[in-house]
Amino acid sequence: MTPLLSLSGLTKAYPGVVANDDVSLSIAPGEVHALLGENGAGKSTLVKIIYGLVKPDQGAMQMNGTDFSPPEPRAARAAGVGMVFQHFSLFDALSVAENIALGMENAPAMGALSEQIRRVSDTYGLPLSPDRVVGDLSAGERQRVEIIRCLLQEPKLLIMDEPTSVLTPQEVEILFETLRKLSAEGTAILYISHKLEEIRTLCDAATILRLGKVVGTCVPRETTARDMAEMMVGKVLATPSREGTAPGEPVLKIEQLSHASPSAFGMPLREITLTLRRGEVLGIGGVAGNGQDELLAALSGEMRSPAGMISFKGSDIGPKGPEARRQLGLLAAPEERLGHAAAPNMTLTENAMLTGAAREQLVRNGFLNWPAARSFAEKIIETFDVRTPGPGNAARSLSGGNLQKFVIGREVLQRPEVLVVNQPTWGVDASAAAAIRQALLDLATGGAAVIVISQDLDELMEISDRFAALNEGRLSEPLPAQGLSVEQIGLMMGGAHGMEVAHV
Amino acid sequence: MDLSAINPILLIAALMSAATPILLAATGELIVEKAGVLNLGVEGMMITGAICGFAIAVETGSPTTGFVAAAVGGALLSLLFVLLTQVTLANQVASGLALTLFGLGLSSLLGQGYVGIKPPRMGDVNFGPLADIPVVGPILFSHDPVLYVGVLLVAIVWAVLRYTRVGLVLRAVGENHDAAHALGYKVVRIRTLAIMFGGALAGLGGAYISLIRVPQWTEGMTAGVGWIALALVVFASWKPWRVLLGAYLFGGITQLQLNLQGAGVAIPVEYLAMSPYLITIVVLVILSADKSAAPGSLGRPFHASG
Repeated sequence: MTPLLSLSGLTKAYPGVVANDDVSLSIAPGEVHALLGENGAGKSTLVKIIYGLVKPDQGAMQMNGTDFSPPEPRAARAAGVGMVFQHFSLFDALSVAENIALGMENAPAMGALSEQIRRVSDTYGLPLSPDRVVGDLSAGERQRVEIIRCLLQEPKLLIMDEPTSVLTPQEVEILFETLRKLSAEGTAILYISHKLEEIRTLCDAATILRLGKVVGTCVPRETTARDMAEMMVGKVLATPSREGTAPGEPVLKIEQLSHASPSAFGMPLREITLTLRRGEVLGIGGVAGNGQDELLAALSGEMRSPAGMISFKGSDIGPKGPEARRQLGLLAAPEERLGHAAAPNMTLTENAMLTGAAREQLVRNGFLNWPAARSFAEKIIETFDVRTPGPGNAARSLSGGNLQKFVIGREVLQRPEVLVVNQPTWGVDASAAAAIRQALLDLATGGAAVIVISQDLDELMEISDRFAALNEGRLSEPLPAQGLSVEQIGLMMGGAHGMEVAHV
Repeated sequence: MDLSAINPILLIAALMSAATPILLAATGELIVEKAGVLNLGVEGMMITGAICGFAIAVETGSPTTGFVAAAVGGALLSLLFVLLTQVTLANQVASGLALTLFGLGLSSLLGQGYVGIKPPRMGDVNFGPLADIPVVGPILFSHDPVLYVGVLLVAIVWAVLRYTRVGLVLRAVGENHDAAHALGYKVVRIRTLAIMFGGALAGLGGAYISLIRVPQWTEGMTAGVGWIALALVVFASWKPWRVLLGAYLFGGITQLQLNLQGAGVAIPVEYLAMSPYLITIVVLVILSADKSAAPGSLGRPFHASG
């Protein structure tokens, strides 16, 4: 049978990098096809070509046997291609119905459109109220907006770019049900994800990209996750490991910490209680926006707390600022690398100075010790394999993954007694992620306590001794990570968000 | 002191006229900012419109042609801002300030031959018997056509933003230009049109000062009205009807303090002169206490990548 979509020899080069190099693949109607690859492997460029956002330099596409080269997304949508973006392409200040109307060629009047939205959301089990403002929705609900926007156009091919990275396990289940239903109705799905276990449960076929080239295809159900990962990376992966150590004495205690969020759309922290012992790794999961940033700010000292709520090595540090906490040995690395963890236009040496000044003696009598700062930056670059011409380069010139290695390495090398990191391996490729995790584990083995806040449950299960989840600003009771089931974790994270709002 | 010298009917009629330049310029800027662009060049486009309108009205003898020329002049000057911010991706704040300085200089140059000349008058709209209704007649039905155009534009802008697809796309571009681009909307083209619309309305507002309010040409005669219009858009929370309210409030207090000065109230003139600014800002700050935020992409440069 003719494939729904076939690509042959697609090539797209940007200055200095070939994003796609002679890529060919084909998708049959109703097929769920996975596109696998590391960051920078060219997956996003490829789907942008299919969606008409990028024009290929060479190569051809065929849809149902006829030539297909959409000059713009409008044409791709008209031909039956729908796309759900990785970073949601939604407008916060507009309502659900207005957002959906913007993605349609001939949007009906708002009343009729709301009716259609209700009907489609009932059919596919995606509860959503058309009148709500998108800014107030949870991540899972926002994704439903995008999916329904696509479904209203009755697409023949649905492209999904990293759809599950922001969902709870229960929400992922709902999404997969929807996708299976669509596939059974003959809609083909091109599915991009890092999460190999998901691909194994959902997809019929997979194409693996590395550095812009197709390096292999496989049937995910018959291939192990490890084999797929090694095809993506092109080398054998080391699993992070550590020697078992018994947790030592308590080092950090949080008692009944409640605090309003410093930002207008943030989540307040509610009665957080926690005891952290030396030598342990505590993993904190939860869907983004449930208090992760606020918890990190409360621990790093960016957000001060009333006396008596946070104590570190027996002394009350609640009212102390970040610099004082650093001096005591409590360090933190926030999630946002450009602008929060690092100053984009300053050099790596200057950035090393910014957090390392106190503990590494880079400042004397108010004067900066440049040679010491430079050698500290060089040590980070060398130890964590940061790919950059040298410490004199601006932080903004590093790729996301490299900068991530730098900001984590900068804290790890300051010999913290407690280290708090948020999303330590976000956007970092598999081998670098493994190195970062190993460094965190080594830190714990050396007697420090580590709190890892992450959206990536596989990562948390891999390195945590205990696991807790943030939900609506509350921290669940930490449980030993070994033997936790996916259902238990899902319930700790708050189950499926927003299921009850359907009946408006 | 003689407060009875102040005639409330004439005061209200005059405030509508005093408010119109601000109203026109602020309505234009509202559209520009709704599209996500911060154009601080309103003052420069107004003064350019003022001289373009004045010169053409004097040369042709037709105030209507003058107003058209003012709109064209303002829009042409705004194209310079388009070139700077949308094509070369220059900083919007700096470009807007440059536009104001450039407009002030350009208008002085263009206006050299027009100092001390009287422009042709624009007649009032003839409403027939309606104008003879006591109280309502002089307040509502005895004005020039441009004043009515100004109020009508507020209504049109409100309806377009709220009920039409064009308005929805415009708001979307201002809210999140990356998402709008991903959906295939032409961000730069939509913004260019919005900036030109803003320039045209600023030009109209300027010409209203030089052709109707004053009416003559002097250098720098817009005297900060463009800045008031800019502030008004922010304090009005990007809502057209609040822009109308703010403009009338400002115009009203300006008129009232002039009348009070004339009546010889025992308050220093400087306090009276600053009162319109203070009161307008206080009222609009109180109104803007609700959570209506600025357009998400306001002032951020857009570059289509990948």
